[in-house]
Amino acid sequence: MLQSGAATPYTKAVESAHPSSPLPRTGSTLHRFANPGRFLRLTESWLPWLTGAALLVLGAGAAWALWFAPPDWQQGETVRIMYVHVPMAWLAMGGYAGLAVLSVMSLIWRHPLADLAARELSPIGAAVTALCLVTGSLWGRPMWGTWWVWDARLTSVLVLFFLWLGHAALVRAFDDPERGARMGAILALIGVINLPIVKFSVDWWNTLHQPASITRLNSPGMHVDMLYPLLVCTLGFTLAFMAVVLAATRAAVMERRVRALQMAAARRADAPQMQSAEP
Amino acid sequence: MTRRRRRLYILLLCAIGLGSATALTLTAFQDNLVFFRSPSDIAREMPPPGRAFRLGGLVEAGSVERQGTTAEGRPTIRFRVTDGVSAVSVVFAGVVPDLFREGQGVVTLGVMSPDGVFRAREVLARHDETYMPPEVADALKRSGHWNPSQGAAPPAATWNTLEPGRPARSGT
Repeated sequence: MLQSGAATPYTKAVESAHPSSPLPRTGSTLHRFANPGRFLRLTESWLPWLTGAALLVLGAGAAWALWFAPPDWQQGETVRIMYVHVPMAWLAMGGYAGLAVLSVMSLIWRHPLADLAARELSPIGAAVTALCLVTGSLWGRPMWGTWWVWDARLTSVLVLFFLWLGHAALVRAFDDPERGARMGAILALIGVINLPIVKFSVDWWNTLHQPASITRLNSPGMHVDMLYPLLVCTLGFTLAFMAVVLAATRAAVMERRVRALQMAAARRADAPQMQSAEP
Repeated sequence: MTRRRRRLYILLLCAIGLGSATALTLTAFQDNLVFFRSPSDIAREMPPPGRAFRLGGLVEAGSVERQGTTAEGRPTIRFRVTDGVSAVSVVFAGVVPDLFREGQGVVTLGVMSPDGVFRAREVLARHDETYMPPEVADALKRSGHWNPSQGAAPPAATWNTLEPGRPARSGT
């Protein structure tokens, strides 16, 4: 391994070849968002549009799903729980995939913004997963005849919920936030193993939970009169999820700025006293 | 090799290690992670007497008999659980879930008695992945494409389509 400070003939040659590059190269588009200032400026204009679109789509989806969609031939009106349960389940898994991407960015590129976003994402992901479990339980009682069973699907989603909670707790457990972020990122990446288990549990093992209905797009096992409102609800919940995560991350960036400014002000206020105390 | 690249390789190496460890563990668990056993499994290998296990399959058409109530006033029901190859008789005292009917998937928990009847202390209905409005189900039943007491609905391509121009191929 080359020591960065050692002036070997090799490093000298490299330095002379690139005389005007004092900063590391930040060419990729990913790094353009690493600047918290630019992130705040960009998201300030996005956020109202995202929130408006989420409310609009969610309103239309809720009306479609709760009033206009037909009941199921054997579940009756209970089928409407599905319009919340399924989007929550997809968001719990999609959100966790997002957390994994943020964790990779945090571990490899040491993005402070990825750390902040991951920290704000995990409580929201935990809430979404909890909603998935609760709505599933409310559906299971009248349909299956039980609130809960320990089959592979339900258990693996419960593990996903604990992973979200564990990440939220771990990143807040250290005095040094950077250390907490690194530990959280490692936990999040270990937990990625659970995602294929959740997805394929219903195919690999026999479970009480039914297999996926929407596997082939040309002939899904769900009638189109129920499928379209479900897709609209999913889009609405996804937009709302993104808006909430974005708003929380913005708040965290601004909070950190305020704290940095307060620290600087406190140092300035302390400085003259320390000089006068010294003589 | 920059520090960033080294971290990337370490991460990839960990991912490969963890992934293969999990894959091996799950393969080893393959047979133990079943939630229920089918009547064919029971026919092949009878579980030890007195040991509780879960039996799952479809409620056989024409096998449901309601047999009055027990001394405590709980309704007693007798039916057969089948997987198309073998079938097992089940006796249960209690209230069955709303979805319970002939042709429905069920998962029952109980013990096998010496006379070959499964004494269930819990009956759960299993919902399959089919979601359809009552009118579609009625049309399928009327046209003779589907008898719900015989099992699952016909393939989705026969009653569902995402192209509004083309009607689904059900015989309505």
